[in-house]
Amino acid sequence: MDQNIRIIAADAHAAQAQGANVLQLANDADPLAISVEGVDRIELHFPKFTDGRAYSQAMLLRRRLAFRGDIRATGDVLIDQLVQMQRTGFSSAVLRADKDVAEAKRQFERFPEYYQGDAVNAHPLFKRAA
Amino acid sequence: MYQYTDFDKQFVRNRAAQYRDQLERNLAGTLSDDEFRPLRLQNGWYIQRYAPMLRIAVPYGEISSTQLRVLAKIAREYDQPDAQLLREAQEKQWALGEVPVRGGTPVATNLKYGYGHFSTRTNVQFNWIPLVKSADVMELLASVNMHGIQTSGNCIRNITSDELAGIAPDEIADPRPFCEILRQWSTLHPEFAFLPRKFKIAVNGAREDRAAIGWYDIGLQLLRNEAGELGFRVQVGGGMGRTPIIGTVVREFLPWNQLLNYVEAVIRVYNSYGRRDNVWKARIKILVKAEGQRYIDQVEAEFKSIVEIDGAPHTITQAEFDRVAASFVAPVQKRERSGVDARLHEIVRADAEADPAYDRWLVRNVAGHKNPELRAVTLSFKRLGQAPGDANAEQLDIAAQLADRFSAGEARVTHEQNLLLPWVHQDDLPELWAAARKAGLAKPNIGLLTDMIACPGGDFCSLANARSLPIAEAITQRYQDLDELYDIGEIDLNISGCINSCGHHHAGHIGILGVDKDGKEWYQVTLGGSNGSNLSGTATPGKVVGPSFSAAEVPEVIEAVLDTYRQQRQSVDGKTETFIATLKRVGIEPFKAAANAARFAEKEVA
Repeated sequence: MDQNIRIIAADAHAAQAQGANVLQLANDADPLAISVEGVDRIELHFPKFTDGRAYSQAMLLRRRLAFRGDIRATGDVLIDQLVQMQRTGFSSAVLRADKDVAEAKRQFERFPEYYQGDAVNAHPLFKRAA
Repeated sequence: MYQYTDFDKQFVRNRAAQYRDQLERNLAGTLSDDEFRPLRLQNGWYIQRYAPMLRIAVPYGEISSTQLRVLAKIAREYDQPDAQLLREAQEKQWALGEVPVRGGTPVATNLKYGYGHFSTRTNVQFNWIPLVKSADVMELLASVNMHGIQTSGNCIRNITSDELAGIAPDEIADPRPFCEILRQWSTLHPEFAFLPRKFKIAVNGAREDRAAIGWYDIGLQLLRNEAGELGFRVQVGGGMGRTPIIGTVVREFLPWNQLLNYVEAVIRVYNSYGRRDNVWKARIKILVKAEGQRYIDQVEAEFKSIVEIDGAPHTITQAEFDRVAASFVAPVQKRERSGVDARLHEIVRADAEADPAYDRWLVRNVAGHKNPELRAVTLSFKRLGQAPGDANAEQLDIAAQLADRFSAGEARVTHEQNLLLPWVHQDDLPELWAAARKAGLAKPNIGLLTDMIACPGGDFCSLANARSLPIAEAITQRYQDLDELYDIGEIDLNISGCINSCGHHHAGHIGILGVDKDGKEWYQVTLGGSNGSNLSGTATPGKVVGPSFSAAEVPEVIEAVLDTYRQQRQSVDGKTETFIATLKRVGIEPFKAAANAARFAEKEVA
């Protein structure tokens, strides 16, 4: 699959952090309880890369609330979770400073398609046109 | 069996390539051990007591002869420790001491290598493959459509089912197409790769529950509603571990085509609200227990939104069901012998029928089939000198030959850690018996005491508190007399080396659990557990009989409990009451008293 998620360097993210229309959603918050009206970017946090709550938050924001702005992954963001992030609706990710962007690219190239639907392509493989 | 499409084949190969990339980055130092850990776990690679362990998925137990041969090759060529590692491991295991057997040979751990191990969740495990060779093994597996995808880690694990799926006379509907659809849906699911804890799904399609669905995170029972439509009863929140709980029914009837949409709702609510602060409280069972009806309401609300707002994207189409179901068409097994073949068959048959061991095998190892001409035959991997469920390279190759010759090239890994041949023609039974007996796989003990479940325990597993295998071996040694085994009758004896409960001790009529006290091996004994089968009754955890026992006491305790059964049992219409029926009728007290009386006097003094 094509890589569409934008990878942001940590310092670049820090520089643009004061934007007025940015919403930081806590890891345990219910995304369906918030208003996304007028919000440009929602930041979802990974306290540890093994904490998968933000994937469900992103899915709900995209699919249920049809949020069209930027959804950004922050926190413990590593190479091997970027594909999942894109698939669940993240559009940007602040890669942890010690990680090499070049290693990310081939992870996207590896699987052309997946079995189940996701935030990018709602239909599972069996419903996609052959 | 499910027939892999080009997409499926390529997917597994891509997964192997991805794993190699991760391994290489780990070895190069750009992917730390902590970062690599969940990635290798989701490919089935653990680091155990002495070496890595590989857990290979056998989806809902179905395995082909070609796949068995590759497992034999892995056993032979890769499951081989170097001499120094083996020597050091062996010395450490010897230091743990022997388990004495009254009137027999004391059991010491003798570490084996070059074999696969059938697990209770119908996976196959290897214990000695060096991690540096792990990517080679994944590529080898991918060449026969096998993998270790999600056999570990906090994700949706291998889907399990009834070993008689698709062939059982009491079947409502074949669960295998649904298992396969669930397998594909859950494979590399982007949202559910980092759940609070592991997540296991079992599907049962028969009237009898042979898949222990009450014990699963999600247990699915196929059934028909009053209108005759097919669907599922959905149970959520079963599990073993420290807090054994039977799943709660959250849906009495779910139309079959809504399966994926509903499971998505169940797991999304869990992913959002399951506890992540305490590993012992992170399974979905704790959430379901804590929230009760509120959890169910939330799942139903989420399901409604998936259907009404999201447009029910994962509704299973009839076309997809038909495509997958077409893979599971029963093979045609005809047997017409003439001339020399017929005469040879008559000789083999006459020989078998003259042997009382054949009769016993027919009773214990051969089960009925939907097709009246066919039988399901279990090859017993429960015998003295090999751990329960262990198969070496030669035995794996022989199993492949038997599957080819007698069962259309298909076998099944069973929950009880044996291999079952699902498509055996009744006229082939004498030939199969003779061939299996020659290979040492015709022990007529299926369902009896020595057909016990045991995890690898403290001989291999780094989580274990105590060894399982020497205990299993000691009990097996004590109960070698077939007449005695038949007299004791059907019984589930399950052994786990720690509270993670891989040996399903909670569900055993007799359960043995390894516990650690002051760095020493002790064993807790439970009685009256059930996996939910007809024999065992409604799924329930067993009850602890008292303080834990030393390894040496365990065989004595088992004997005392079995003697109590033989004293207490009744005969109804000439049929002897089973162990579990007697236990239920008279209650646990006499068994408890007998077990506690079997403690060694020294300990009572101390």
